[in-house]
Amino acid sequence: MARPLVNVPARARPGEIIEIKALIAHPMETGFRTGPDGALVPRDIIHRFLCTWNGQEIFSADLFPAISANPYLAFTAVATQSGTITFRWIDDRGGAQVHSVEITVA
Amino acid sequence: MRLGRGPVPAAAVALILAALVGRPEAADSRRSGFDDMSPGTQAMQRDDGANPGMLFVAEGEAAWQAPAGPGGKSCAGCHGPGERMRGVAAAYPAIDRQSGVPVDLQGRIALCRTRHQGAEPLPRESQALLALEAYVAHQSRGLPLRPVDDPRLMSARDEGAVLWRRRQGQLDLSCAACHDDNASRKLGASLIPQGHPTGYPVYRLEWQALGSLQRRMRNCMIGVRAEPYPYGDAAFVALELYLRDRAAGLLLETPAVRP
Repeated sequence: MARPLVNVPARARPGEIIEIKALIAHPMETGFRTGPDGALVPRDIIHRFLCTWNGQEIFSADLFPAISANPYLAFTAVATQSGTITFRWIDDRGGAQVHSVEITVA
Repeated sequence: MRLGRGPVPAAAVALILAALVGRPEAADSRRSGFDDMSPGTQAMQRDDGANPGMLFVAEGEAAWQAPAGPGGKSCAGCHGPGERMRGVAAAYPAIDRQSGVPVDLQGRIALCRTRHQGAEPLPRESQALLALEAYVAHQSRGLPLRPVDDPRLMSARDEGAVLWRRRQGQLDLSCAACHDDNASRKLGASLIPQGHPTGYPVYRLEWQALGSLQRRMRNCMIGVRAEPYPYGDAAFVALELYLRDRAAGLLLETPAVRP
């Protein structure tokens, strides 16, 4: 897993609603497809996405095999305090891709 | 920064271009595939935070800096920062001076790897090569396609025009039978675009991946039940030369999103 593309405004006013966009490269292999040899390709999807703001969870999602490759998630949050927004994508191989961005709320 | 095409700025740029080259705007009925997409897909292409093609551009940027081959040379080692490639992709395919043969951008990257880096060329249609191509082509986003006026390209371009009109496959269809004669009409539920190569490599939602113009053309050939040319075939370069000429002046959109 690699290469997330995250879009968060660098600064926001207190109480402002900001849009957060997170895109990541991942094959999202469903586990239902067969390879050239006729055998099933093992399932490998991101099944869990978490977003925390200064350690506190603000958004999470369970993902399923019907979701296309390179999943894109967009959501909103109310800006309350400056700090770090951390994104975590967890896939079936147990790997987690973690990405953090700083935001200034003033 | 918004360089992605939007209907309004694109129209404005087209007007300016038309004024510059003296082509009356009203006479140009050419449409990029972008113009025929749903508003949702258009929004996805316009927003770099949502356009999945940008994932590959980022990968290509890393590859641009990465050393390859025994000398440890990177693309950036010779060419400098990627921004210096602005305009390059708008003028491909071009003649390779050393061999005198027309090459497309993927072919040029392969030649650079073998001649200057001493490395194995990346396989056609591999993600690594598509990412590099996307990174280089992305530098020219927003620029008009500018076919090279080189007499040595003439014969290949003419051959491309012939191939475009040649009926083939069990369904006995030519490219022109759909994309010239029946463009803007429906094939099943899908709209037939005019077939301008403005956004390659494109992120196609059906593929869930980035793909080249050659992959797109092979898809069409399989669709009419013809035997597709192999990747990197001279016929594909000839077709691309013809298509780039046919689309001259339309704006480059790489990485485009297509349904």
